Parts: sequence; C-alpha cells; structure tokens
Amino acid sequence: MTLLSFNIPVVVLLPFVGAIAAAWVSRYSRLASAWAATIITLLAMAFLAPAAGLPFQGETLIQSWSWIPGIGLTFSFRLDGLALLFALLILAIGLLVIGYARYYLSPKDCMGRFFAYLLMFMGSMLGVVLSENLIQLVVFWELTSLTSFLLISYWRHRQDARLGARMALAITGAGGLALLAGVMLLGHVVGSYNLTDVLAAGDRVRASELYLPVLVLILIGVFTKSAQFPFHFWLPHAMAAPTPVSAYLHSATMVKAGIFLLARFFPVLSGTPEWSWIVSSAGLITLVIGAYIALFQHDLKGLLAYSTISHLGLITLLFGFGTQLAAVAAIFHIINHATFKASLFMVAGIIDHETGTRDMRRINGLFSYMPHTAVLAMIAAAAMAGVPLLNGFLSKEMFFQQTITASQVSGWAWAIPALVLIAAIFSVAYSLRFIHDVFFNGKPVDLPKTPHEPPRFMKIPVDLLVIICLAVGIIPMFTVAPVLHVAVAGTLQASPPEYSLAIWHGINLPLIMSILALAGGALVYTARKRLFAWHDASVARWDARIVFNAILGSLDRFAVGVTRVFDKGSLQNAAVWVIVTALTAGFIGWMGISAPLLGARELLPVDGVSLAVLAVMMAASLMTAVLHRRRLVSLLMLGVVGLVVSLVFVKFSAPDLALTQLSVEVVTVVLLLLALYFLPQSTPRERDKVRIGRDIAISVLAGAGVAVLTMGVLTRELTPISDYFLLNAVPGGGGTNVVNVILVDFRGTDTLGEIVVLALAGLGIYAMLRGMKLPAPDRDSQGRLWSSDNHPEIMRTHTRLLFPLMLMIAVYIFLRGHNLPGGGFIAGLIAAVALIVQYLANGIAWTSKRLRFDMHWVIGLGLLAATATGLVAMGLGYPFLTSTFTYLDWPVVGKFEVASAIAFDLGVFLVVVGATVLSLVELGKLSDSSHKAEQQKRRTEVR
Amino acid sequence: MEYMISLSIGILTATGVFLTLRARTFPVVLGLTLLAYAVNLFLFSMGRLTIGLPAIIDKTAKAAQYSDPLPQALVLTAIVIAFGMTAFLIVLALKARGELDSDHVDGLADNQQTPDQRDIGKNIDPDRGTVQ
Repeated sequence: MTLLSFNIPVVVLLPFVGAIAAAWVSRYSRLASAWAATIITLLAMAFLAPAAGLPFQGETLIQSWSWIPGIGLTFSFRLDGLALLFALLILAIGLLVIGYARYYLSPKDCMGRFFAYLLMFMGSMLGVVLSENLIQLVVFWELTSLTSFLLISYWRHRQDARLGARMALAITGAGGLALLAGVMLLGHVVGSYNLTDVLAAGDRVRASELYLPVLVLILIGVFTKSAQFPFHFWLPHAMAAPTPVSAYLHSATMVKAGIFLLARFFPVLSGTPEWSWIVSSAGLITLVIGAYIALFQHDLKGLLAYSTISHLGLITLLFGFGTQLAAVAAIFHIINHATFKASLFMVAGIIDHETGTRDMRRINGLFSYMPHTAVLAMIAAAAMAGVPLLNGFLSKEMFFQQTITASQVSGWAWAIPALVLIAAIFSVAYSLRFIHDVFFNGKPVDLPKTPHEPPRFMKIPVDLLVIICLAVGIIPMFTVAPVLHVAVAGTLQASPPEYSLAIWHGINLPLIMSILALAGGALVYTARKRLFAWHDASVARWDARIVFNAILGSLDRFAVGVTRVFDKGSLQNAAVWVIVTALTAGFIGWMGISAPLLGARELLPVDGVSLAVLAVMMAASLMTAVLHRRRLVSLLMLGVVGLVVSLVFVKFSAPDLALTQLSVEVVTVVLLLLALYFLPQSTPRERDKVRIGRDIAISVLAGAGVAVLTMGVLTRELTPISDYFLLNAVPGGGGTNVVNVILVDFRGTDTLGEIVVLALAGLGIYAMLRGMKLPAPDRDSQGRLWSSDNHPEIMRTHTRLLFPLMLMIAVYIFLRGHNLPGGGFIAGLIAAVALIVQYLANGIAWTSKRLRFDMHWVIGLGLLAATATGLVAMGLGYPFLTSTFTYLDWPVVGKFEVASAIAFDLGVFLVVVGATVLSLVELGKLSDSSHKAEQQKRRTEVR
Repeated sequence: MEYMISLSIGILTATGVFLTLRARTFPVVLGLTLLAYAVNLFLFSMGRLTIGLPAIIDKTAKAAQYSDPLPQALVLTAIVIAFGMTAFLIVLALKARGELDSDHVDGLADNQQTPDQRDIGKNIDPDRGTVQ
C-alpha cells in the first residue's frame, strides 16, 4: 500500500481533525491555534504533493472504498486537473488567510473557535472538489453551507452577522437541496453516482427526457452558491463576517464551489440550447447588475462584494457560451479572480483594522499614511479593472474575444458584447474608485484611529498574491500555463483546444474593447457625483432583500396560522386531534376492504369462570372511568383491572407475561398511591356537558373500532412466523423458555434498547424530583389528620423476616428464566418489590441506613453488563450480542447448562431493579422531606 | 371466548381514551395506563388465543404445538416500558403541580377556561426584518 492509495481522503479529513486540535490548543495560548491551523494546512499540502504530478501526466487518480453500496454510495475521491487546481487554490489561499487572520483578529476574539471553523470549512471545500461520488460531493457541499454559516456569524454578538449568516444559510442550504435532487436524478439517468461514469455518459444525459429537470435543479444549486441572479443578494450581507473570512469565502472557496460545479458538469450538461440560455443569461444579468451596484457602494467591502458577484457572473457567462475556448477563459479567470480578489479583501481588512471604518466617504488620502499597502491595493485593483501587464487583463481579453464569437450566433446577439462592455466600464470605474477614493482624494474625514502601516507580517500574504498577479500578467507562459492547461484538460475531460496566452495579439476587437472600457470607466468615475445623486434617488431603494424578507415573513405567518388551527396550547385539544385522526385513518382504511368482517377460525369455548373474571375486568375498567373524580377509588379499580389482565395471560398460555404483569401491577399501584398523596384527592366536577358528551362519543367510537378490529383478527387463521424461534431456541440459544431466549438472545439488541429507555425514565424521574418541594397535605380528603403512628410493628417484623425469602425467590426466578418462566425482567421486578416493601414497612430513613446501594450505580452496572456481553461477542469476532452456551458438571449440583446470555439477563435485572427502586424511593423521600418541613412549620406556628 | 376478549379490549380502550381526554393530570395518567393494558392485550392476542398449550419447549416429548412466543416477548418488554412511562408521567404531573400550582394538564388555574393562545409564534424570530 503506497501513499497514493489513500492520501486524498487524508487531505480532506485532516482539516476536520485539525479543527479539534486548533480549538483545543487555544486553551493554552492564543496564537497556538493559528500555528496549529498553519501546520494542518501544510500537512494537507504535503499529503497532496505526491499525487500532484499525476494529472500533468494525463492520469486521473481515484481512491475508493465501499460505504453503502446498496444506494450507490461509495467513499471515493478523485484527483484530476480541475480538482487539483481548486485544491491548490483552497489550500494556498487558505494558508495565506490563516497567516493574515492571526494579525487581524483582536484579543477579544476567540482564536480557537475561528480557526476551528476555518479548518472545518477548508475540509468541506476540499471534500467538494475532490469527491468522486456525487452523493458524497453533496454531503460536503452542505457542510460548506453549514461551516460558512458558522464563519459568517463568527461575531455572534452582532445582529447583522447573525442575519447575514442566516440568509446565506437559507439560500445556499435550499440550493443544496435542489442540488441533491438534481444529483439523484442524474445518477438515476446514468445508473451510477460515480463521476467517472457520469462524465462518460454526457450524450446519454443530454438525450434523456430528464435532462431539463436535472439541469435546472443542479443550476439552482450552482446559482445559489455562486450568488448568481436572482440569488445574488445573500453575498453582500455575508460581508458581516470578519474580513479574513470574506477574503477566503468570496475569492477562492465558497462562491467558487458553484463555479466548480459548472466546470465539473460542463462535459455532461453543456452544449444544449437550454444550457446556453439559462447559464449565459443568468451570468450576463449578474455581471451587469453586480458591476453597476458595486460602483455605488460606500462600504469598501460592499464594493468588493458586488464586484465579486459581477466577476462570478462573468465566469458563469463564459461557461454558458458552452464552447471549449470559453471554458479555457473561464478557468483562467477563476485563477485570476481568486488572486486579486483575495488580496483586495485583505487590503480592505487592513484599512478597516488601521482606520476603524470602511466608509469610503471618510477614508481618503491614505497614500501618505500607508504607501506600501496603497501600492499593493493599486496593483490588485488594476488587475480587477483589466489593466495590461496584470493577470486580469489576459483573462478579460479572452473573455471579450468569446463575447465577440458569441455575437455571431444570431441577429440579437450583438447585445452580448455591448452589455459586457458596459459592465467592463463600470468595473473600471469601481476599481478606480477603490484606488482614488481611498488613497487620494483629499484628507481623511473624522477617522476613529490615526492610520498607519499594518504589522509587517499582515502584509506578506498580500505581497505574495500581488506578486502572483504580476507574474501571471507579465510572463503567463512560465507561470500559469501548465496549471491552466491541466485544469482545462480536467474540465473538458479531453485535450484542451489551441489557445494563446500572449499579452500582445496585435490591434483587434478585444483590445479595442479593453481600451474603450478603460477610457469609459475613467469617464464614468469623473462623473460619479451626479451618478451617485441619481442612483440614491431612484435605484437604491430596490433591494432583493426586501423580497426575501417578505417571503420569509409570509412563511412565518403561514406557519403560525397553521399551528394556531391545530395547537391551541392545550393538551386536551391536541389529544383529541390525535385520536380523531387515528379514528379517521382507521375508518378510511376500513372502507376499501371488501372482505367479510369476521373470519372462519374455530372459536374457543367460553367457560363460566372466564366469563365471570372478564366481567369483573370490564366492570372495573368502567368504574375507573366513571368514578375518576374520586381518585383513590379509581386507582383501586385500575389495580383490579391490572390483576385481571395478568389472569388473562395465565389463561391463555403466557406464564411469563402473567408474572411480569403481576409484579408491574404491584409497583404501579404503589407508585400512583405515593404520587396521589401530593395531588388533590378528587377532581372538580366538569361544567362543560358538551365536551363530556363529545369525549364519550369519541371514546365509544375508539373502543368499538378496536373491538371490531380485534374480533376481525382473532377469528382469522394465523400463519405464525415464530417457528424459527421455536426450532432454534434449544439448539441455538440453549434455553427452553422461548420467550426469554427471544429477549436475551435472538432480539437482544431490542432488549438492550428497551432497558436503556427504562434506565433513562428512572434517571429522568430522579432529575425531576431533585430539590423539589411540594406542599404536603396534613389531612386526607375527608378532613382527617394523617396518622402520625410509627410503622406498624407486626408488618415491620414480618417484612424483615420475609426479605431474604423474597430475594431468594427473585434469584430463583432469575436463574431459571432461560428454561422456565422467569428471567431478568420478572426477577428484577420481584427484587424491586422486595426492596420497596422494606421501605414501606420500615420507613425511608431506617431502610436507607441499612441498604447502602446507590441505585444510579445499579442502573449503570446493569447497562454496562448488558453492553459488555455484546462487546465480548464482538471482540471474539461474532456479531454484537451473539450468545453461546455450554454444559457444566459440578459435584452435588449435577449437570447443568450455562448460557452467556445470562450475563445479559443480569444487566436487564439490575436495570429493572435500579430504575424501579430509584423512582419509588425518590418519590417516597419527597413525601418524607415535605412532611418534615410541614411539621416544622406547624411547630414554629404554635410557638 | 374471542368475542369476550375483543369486547374487553374495546372497553379498556374506550375508558382509557375517555380518561386521557380529561383535564386533570391524575385521570390522564390512569387513562394512559388503561390504554397500555388495552394495547398489550391487543398485541398479545395477535398471536391468537390458545388455552392450555405449553409455553416451554419440552425436550423429551415433542409437543405438536406451542403458544406463540413472539407476541409474548414483545408484550413482556411493552409491559415494563409502559410502567416506565407511567412512572415518568406521574412524576411529570407532580413537577407540574409543584411549579404551576395546578394539576390541570395545561397548567390552568381553577377558574380559567381556555389557554392563552397569544404566545404561539411570539418567539419565532427576534432578529427578523431589522437588517439594515
């Protein structure tokens, strides 16, 4: 196994692990997490490095592991030219941003949290670009939405940060859902979710009748992420993030994820009229609107935000043209935009950091305060404007050339270069504004701080990026050419077309467009005062945010309205809805069945005793309801019902159930009696006769429905599915009590889940009762004082004598459980009853002193025993909770059988004892403490 | 016999539902307990009613038929879980009584008729609509 067989997932997952490390080390030193993030990024680069040569040799590296093959999900990664370019951008600009952020963040900001989020985001982005499996890609895509939410809302005390982050999450998250749907459809069309297969099936996809839905859904994902019209408005609000985050998210990563997807699916989806129309019109509109609005932003970062939107529109438009040369220009501009936009954001951050504001109406004439930064900013802004000898110029020339090519398509297409020229003019104008307003244009106005150059190391990332801008712009063949070539090959999945990176192509249309743009931009900028006035008076009031808020607001109102219809803040109301819905659903189900109501199974004979016993149960349950206002009587009637239910189990051959029901019944009645002590002894009479009538009607209907349903089932023949259990209980589980073998062996995991529920119920009760004080009544419902006698002597003596005997029965029931009725549940309940009887007869204080088990420990040990039994099986190479058994031959005792499942059953036993005793004793203690408090109060009153 | 059992389950359900719809916590807990009995019996009877069949495998003499163990295993845990739920609920009722000083399921005072509905949706969004 070489490094090349597993290094790509390491690159992706390393930042996630690193996020934990970065958060952890920040406890020791503020700067440690910056160092940790740096080291993690460098490590990721080191892991990527050995594979980086492969795309240059025309190879695509794929590393794949099976995950859930049933739904086509594999854990697989892919490195080709396009993925390599993006991975390099993410890591390299990430590294620069980390270095920059270390100086940008103030001592008040939590470094660990920031770098942890940043690394998680970096890992998600790497996952998007390096995924081979499409579902996996969508998972990482959603992770970028989530982690960018955390990053944008990093300053969580600020409302604009929270709102901006939420808007970004709402838009990109919704787009992610659309993308998921699109990818599912695409996988359905292709028959595979692996990119390799999808990229090879372009013709099939474009010919499919599902092509349009696939295209539209995927494009919604792309446009939301890359802030294309009409989803562009979230991006400016995301500027509430700390500037390093903006520099990262809006240059090389987040918004480029959408562009990446366009490039990724370019060979599959492009080349149709639908693609051209949707993609290029979205791109063109975004390009023009973004460039226009950017000029009128007074906020430095706002200008950059809209400029980013505009440049993303440019790239989208290029992909929309659908030609190979346009794709070359698009990829080239991706690289160039990432470099100059990252440096410009960093400059904006420096200015904000050193002056305390980002308002361009106040920051003027900074050149004399920070000449170094000013030079950097000027070069980067010139690259953004497309000035020759800078990288932006080269890709803009290619872009103009493509628009001219596209204008040949139809009579109306001349509008494309015209609109593009207008956008380019505005782009020059806002770049000029960035330079002139900030660094010249008079003196600063009323700055919070006196500006000066930032720390040396804060500028280094900007230095490096600007050097790249220059190097690419002046000597493209020796710098960007190989990377561009391999990235284009990866995008097209074919060898790239002929293109030239030369600076000088002679005097041609693109050059004329460039000159026009530069001259026009200068002109627009000089006329800015009048333009600003006009803009503020007319266009400025339009904002897509208003639409977004209106939609969200109406969604809220709709949700509240629906909730109010069903939820009147009343449990009774909710319960009626549930029961009526169940009734209606059952009734509708009934309607469709034509079979006779009753089957032809032979009925069991009715004997007198059973009839009498069942009559008692029916009467008792009716009494429970009718007498419910007299609570004690009602509770006693309930006890009768429970006892008869256990008799029913006896009658119908279910001894285990009978034992369980009997012991549960005892515990339940004791528990409810204890609780009733604190509640009113009677229920007030209800005045609303209509409601009682309605409830009776609902109850009768529900009861009738259940009775008829039961009758329908019981009179039909049954083909049981339990033959397997009956056949295998003895040879496979080593026990003759099939019910117990099912519980502890066949379905052991279910039982484990159930005892966990029981344990949680017990702990929940403990938590609720802790520290609770309830007013304890000193009289019963008839006004008699509660007896203050001590615990009756005869009962005390007898229970103490009986205690060992009861425990012995519990142990006996437990041990025989595998072969005869019994087992952990029943034994646990019997043991619990034995303990509770001691508390009842002798008082809490007396018993607690002698019984020093902490029931929390008992519950914990029980869960531990049950889980450990399962884990031991796993350790031996069997599935979780596999059991085994053997026969031992001891002297005196003789030959007997031991199943490992008994350890599991012991866990069940302990949890049942622990949870039951904990609940009841805590409740008992409550009465004890409340009673004492009451007595004390009375005593003080007497004094 | 099947009719008798069906009728019993029906009555248990009806009384259980009626008590569940009451306004005070204690009857509601009793009602849910009755409903639990009904459900347990219902599930148990899905294995069909059998009288006098062995529930334990007899290793020496092969019995022709046994009672269906599967519903029994299901119901056994259901009984225990139902107890856990009852216990939790009744303590919840006590807690509500302690905190709200009322044993009404909606925490209403004795003279109050309907719950206050104005609170619904009030806390949906403190941030909404104020972005600049």
